[in-house]
Parts: sequence; C-alpha cells; structure tokens
Amino acid sequence: MLGKIFFLLCLSSAWAEDLCSKAVPPEAYYVRLSIKTALGDKAYVWNDNEMFLFQATLAFAMRSQFSGQEYNVSNIVVCDETPRVSFWFVVTSLEDPSRLVSRGDVEQAVRKSRNRINSAFLLTDQTLEFIGITPTLAAPVAPNTPPWLIVFGVVMGAVFAGILVLLVLPLIQKKRKKNQPMEDEDSDEETQVKTAENGPERSGVYNMSFSDDDKFTQM
Amino acid sequence: MKVKLPNPGLDDRIPSHADLERMETEEAGDRPKWDNKAQYLLTCVGFCVGLGNVWRFPYLCQSHGGGAFMIPFLILLVLEGIPLLHLEFAIGQRLRKGSVGVWRSINPCLTGIGIASLMVSFLVGMYYNTIMAWIMWYLYNSFQSPLPWSQCPLNANRTGLVEECARSSTVDYFWYRETLNTSTAIDESGGLQWWMVLALISAWTLLYVCTIRGIETTGKAVYVTSTLPYVVLTIFLIRGLTLKGSMEGIKFLFTPDVDELMNPTTWLDAGAQVFYSFSLAFGGLISFSSYNSIHNNCEQDAVLISIINGCTSVYSATVIYSIIVLICIKYAFENNILKLMNAFDYAENNITDINYNDVLAHLNHTNPNIIEGLNLETCDMNKFLSQGVEGTGLAFIVFTEAIIKMPVSPLWAVLFFVMLFCLGLSTMFGNIEGVVVPLQDLRLLPRSWPKEVFCALTCLISCLMGLIFAQGSGNYWLALFDSFAGSIPLLVIGFCEMFSVIYIYGADRFNKDIEFMIGHKPNIFWQVTWRVLSPIIMLVILVFYFVTQITKSITYLVWDQEVVFPTLEARPYPDWINVIIFLLAGVPSLAIPLVFLYKFIQMKCCKKKDYSDSTVDTISAKIQMGEKMKF
Repeated sequence: MLGKIFFLLCLSSAWAEDLCSKAVPPEAYYVRLSIKTALGDKAYVWNDNEMFLFQATLAFAMRSQFSGQEYNVSNIVVCDETPRVSFWFVVTSLEDPSRLVSRGDVEQAVRKSRNRINSAFLLTDQTLEFIGITPTLAAPVAPNTPPWLIVFGVVMGAVFAGILVLLVLPLIQKKRKKNQPMEDEDSDEETQVKTAENGPERSGVYNMSFSDDDKFTQM
Repeated sequence: MKVKLPNPGLDDRIPSHADLERMETEEAGDRPKWDNKAQYLLTCVGFCVGLGNVWRFPYLCQSHGGGAFMIPFLILLVLEGIPLLHLEFAIGQRLRKGSVGVWRSINPCLTGIGIASLMVSFLVGMYYNTIMAWIMWYLYNSFQSPLPWSQCPLNANRTGLVEECARSSTVDYFWYRETLNTSTAIDESGGLQWWMVLALISAWTLLYVCTIRGIETTGKAVYVTSTLPYVVLTIFLIRGLTLKGSMEGIKFLFTPDVDELMNPTTWLDAGAQVFYSFSLAFGGLISFSSYNSIHNNCEQDAVLISIINGCTSVYSATVIYSIIVLICIKYAFENNILKLMNAFDYAENNITDINYNDVLAHLNHTNPNIIEGLNLETCDMNKFLSQGVEGTGLAFIVFTEAIIKMPVSPLWAVLFFVMLFCLGLSTMFGNIEGVVVPLQDLRLLPRSWPKEVFCALTCLISCLMGLIFAQGSGNYWLALFDSFAGSIPLLVIGFCEMFSVIYIYGADRFNKDIEFMIGHKPNIFWQVTWRVLSPIIMLVILVFYFVTQITKSITYLVWDQEVVFPTLEARPYPDWINVIIFLLAGVPSLAIPLVFLYKFIQMKCCKKKDYSDSTVDTISAKIQMGEKMKF
C-alpha cells in the first residue's frame, strides 16, 4: 500500500517534470506577482516556501469550489518560474494525473477564492495577476448621502448666516445711534456758540443753535 | 495732435480742481472709500488676475512658439495695456464716478459707453460665474478619497465599466457626463441638471455675501481672495520642482520658436490677451479708482498692476506646465518599465528610472521585434499639450488627471480648486461693481433703495438667466458667450474710451488733471501712446478680429459618442444662433452710437437742459449747500 502511494507520488513528480519540459498546455494559466511594487520595503523574498504556499492556496481554492474533491499540493503543477516572479501552472485531476482540469473550472475556483489567495500573499488583484482571469470589479463605494451635498450644505449655511449678519447688523447699529444723539444735542447747545461763514472757507464750525428750529416761521 | 472736438458745458458737469481739494479735506461720507492703499491694489490685482492668466496664457505661450510669445506679449503690454489702464485709473480718480457717471460727465451723448460697459459686465458676469459654479462643484467633490473622477462607474449589469467611460477616460467621463451631463448639440437642451442648479445658486449667493455692501465687504474679502492664489501656486511649484522631470515642462514651454513672430495671428492673440487680461472696458476699474483720494499716484498704480499681471501670467504658466508635463512623463515611464519587465521577465526593480535608457537600448539591440510589439509610449509633449489644453479643458480634464496621479490627491484637488475659486471670485467683484454702480448712476430704480437691494437684484437676475448654462447644452452656450460677448464689444468700448478721453474730454485738460493729481505732467511716452499708438493698435485688433469672425464658418466643439469619440467634433452652429450672436456682440457695441444719436437729438430738438447736474447760475449758487451742513 505504502509502496503504491510512493510509486504514484514519484510518478506524479516525474510527470510534473515531464509537463514542464513540454509546450505550455492550453489549460495553463500564467501568473505574475509584483511583490516589490505592492509592498515596497516590506517585500518578502520569493522562494520555494512561497511557491509551496501558492500551491497550497490553489489546492484550497479547488477544494472550496468542488466540494468533496480533495485536491492536494501535488495536483498543482508549476512551471517556468522566472526572476520576475512569473510562472504558469496547471491543475491535474484527482483520478488521473495525466489529465488536466479544464480552464473554466480552474477559473471558477480562482474567482471564488480570489480574495483569500490575494490575502495569503498580502497582494491585490493588480499585483497578483492571473493572466486571463479578469478581476471581478468591486463596485465603487457609494455612500447614501453624496459627500458633495454635505460640503454644499455647510457652505450654504455659512453663506446665509453671513448674509443675515451683514443685513441685520447695520439695523441694530442704527437703532443704537437713534437712542444716543438725544443726549448729545442738549449738551452742545449750552456749552458752545459757533459761527458759520459763507464762501469757500470752511475752517469754522457749524452753529447748532438753530438746528431745532422749524423751517417755516409760524404765523 | 492737437485735435479736440467741441464739448460745451464740460466745466459745469465736472468738479473743478478747487472742488476736488475741498472734497478731499472735508469728509464726503456718502461716497465709499478704501480703508488703505493695499486694499485698493489687491482689489485691482484680483480683478485683473483671473482664470485667463492660468488657463489661457499658458496655452497661447505654448501654441505660439513658447518663449518667443513673450516678445509680442510684452511689447503690446507696454504699448496697449499700461496706457489704457492708466487712462481708466486717471479718469475715474479725477471725475469720481462710476463708468456711466464718468462718460455722462464728459458729455451726455457718451452715456452709451457706460451703458455698453454695463451690458458687457452683466453678460460676462453671467457666464463667468457659471464657471465658478463648476469650480465649486469640483471643490465640493474633492472632499472624498478616492476622488470621484479617478474611477469609472460600473454599468448596469456589473459586467464591466460604463461604455462611455471606458472609451474615453475617467476624467473626461466625470466632466462631460457627471458634471455637465452634456447633450450632443446646442439645440438639444437636455433639461436643467439639478446639481448644476444647486452649484449655480451657491456661487451666486456666495458672491452676493461678498459684494453685499460694495467695497466695504469686498475690500475685506480681497485680503484672502487675491493673496491665496499666489500661495497655492507656490506650493504647487515647490511640489513640482521636487519631482523629477519638471524642468522638461518648463523648458518646453519657454523654448522660443522665433518663426512664430512672423505669423500675424501671434500678434493678434497677444494683443487680445493683453486687452482681456487687464479687464479693461468693463467699467469696474474706473469705479474702483474713483474711490481713491484725489492725489493718489495712479501712474505708479497702473505700472505696478501691469507688472504684477504680466508676472502672474508667466508664473502660473510655469507652475501649471511643470505639473502637467511631469505627469505625462511619469505615467509613460512607469507604463514602459512595467511592459518591459513583463515582456522580458526581469525581476522587479531591475529596471529603474536611472538605467531605463540603457536597458532599453540594450533590448532594442537584441530583440527589436519584441520592443516594437510592445508599443512603448513616449511622452509626446506636443500632442499631449495640444489636446484642448486651454480653458475649461485644462482645469477640469488635464489637471484633474494630473492630480489623481499624485499622492494625497484630495489635498491637491482642494488646493487647486480653492485657488481657481479665489481667482474667479476676485474677478467677479469687479464685474459686479461694473454692473451695480452704473445701475445706480442711471437712476432706473429709486435712489433711496440701499445698495444691498441693487446687488441682490443683480445677483438674482443673473442667477435666473444663468440657468441656461445649467442645462444639458450649457457648456455650448457658455462657449458661445465666451467667444462673442466678451470679445468684440470690449474692443469697441476700449477704443471709444480712449478716443473720448483724448479727443472729446481733451488731452490738454487731461494732462493738467494728472499734473494736479500726481504732481507732474505725464511724459512723452503717455502722450504718444494715448493719442496715437494705443488707439491704432486697438483698431487693428478690432478689424482683424471682426474680419476673422465673419469670414470663418462658425463652429463649436461637441462631445458626441457617435462621432470621433473621444475627441470633440467641430460642428457648425444652427442658423438661429446668428440672432443670439448679434444680441451678444452687436447690442452692446451698437448701444454706443444709438445712445449718442438719441441724446444728440434730444438735446437739439427739445432744447431741454439736463438739470440734474448743472446748477443755477447765481452768486448764491456758488455756495455749495451740502446735505451735511447744519447751521
């Protein structure tokens, strides 16, 4: 029993190597990672362990999509790894290692678990690219009240407050002034006698004595 | 030239020098005054420096031979702009009235000039404030991250992006569809767009609150609106200079192409730009200047403001272009690096900005076919900058695209639109002044009504009439107004102003006035430019403008998905537009001769005298009975 499993494993790995040396099969998907672009200083180094994680997450994706079918790391065959960190992979079917799972099925599996795959590598749809699988478009966040209405409301509130203040303030000032001059005029008449001059000289002061007189003499 | 046309009764209509001295010493309380000189200068600078400095001048510079455009611009600035500016300042300060009052004082038959200024200020104010509404709309939308013009919305069944957006670009889509909701032709109204109506109302109410009491309120507002644009431009300049490649843009803008100087349209455009850039012939500058003290040095002011205006144009051109070109370069660069990396499976960061050229050369050498197939983009500045990079296209399409490529985009968006808003608002102050003060002078409405009411009426009527710009076809109407209301009438008014002051008011009298006001007679430069050079230049520009407008078939640019998308298609106007064009350009221009004839006939046939300004000719009449005197 153990021997059989061991034999199958060797066969599958040999089969995997075989697959890589042939031309790219139509069921394959190209993958491209842009780790440094996404993470900058915090970028991790891509090595075999990371590749193992990739195979594991893909196996997980296949398992989630086709419940009951227990895909394993060995079913995910990766080839042509480049320093760019790009490669292509195929998924071998469970029953027969020489057969490959169709593109459509792989695509469905990847789409379903895309978020999980991205998160495992701390990447996004743009930095972990599956060439041929377009990312499902996230709907742009549309809040219930458009933000511009809020700003508009604030501005209009300020403007109307300003208009009110500017219109009402002089009215209040006028009322205050009306109450004041009643006291000023009385004191002026008693203390000062002023003369007014005709002609262009205006250096004198105005005589307030007659300010309260009626315009027309009374009969 | 000692030509002077007969002008009887001038002395009775205007205050004499002695009167002016007296008015200076006693507090003439009912005429507003500037709090200080800085306020006056800031208001005038704000009026002159407007959106045209930011989005028209750089385009003209770049399309007429870069640095070489400076030569006709500066020459015409000195020969046309400064003399007319000095003239408007001096006549306003001397006669101490708004535009209608000034021309009526010189000769009642010339009231038409003031009325024409009033009409032009009103029409221009109407569409200019709509641009302000657009700016405010973008400003309101800048307070979110990510910015709404950085993404395309999804289509109805969520399978892809909206087609219009995918075919053009996110910024185009946001401008033409989500802001304007533009229709495909000027006769298709498209209905009122409610969000545009709200933005328009906010623009007019904000303008009202600032101009509610004339220069009392605007004088305070200009401390902010006139200085903030310079602060923001400097911030953008610093930002631009810290990024690599900005010098490319500045170099490109200013490399001179001397052949362009031979082209007459270069000189024409330079002359027109100087004229409109100084906001001459609107009547606002005359009005502002009339609030000055009588001995204010208007000559110095004119030169100072002209220099500031010219420098601002050059400065803003530098800043804007360095930012825009930078983005073009950076974008093309990053795209190309990505393409090369992906095609040749280089590790990331193998190709950087530094070794990009070497790597490209090496790859071109080894695998030329693949390189060709990649379609590497180069930043073709000519093509990039010639795609409608003037006017609203510059601000709302190109610069917004540049903003979304910068980090912390909402901040830059807010800064940019606040700057545009301040530039436009300070210009609107001058426009409103040019409408309200002549309205008060014309005495169409009861004099007892306070200024607030005149202002409110102006803003309300302009807002209601401005609703045509809030329709689906509003953009096309605005372009129509911009081409016709703000071009030929201003040239006509400017020419008539200069002619009236020099030949009807009298150059000798004017010289003596200036000597009285600032202490020395205007020198030979002013004499030559006022009497001969500036009028001739204006006449030439006017004739050329008129001829080019009449001869070419008038078209307008349309955003239509069916045709030549995503560039704009030039389509001829429908026939009935000619009526509108006549109303916009013809009526203000014709107001001058028509009112002239009307007043002339009134004077000759009815022999009625205008009692409102002249005094009864007796001894006691020489005693000025002012309202303030109590005795």
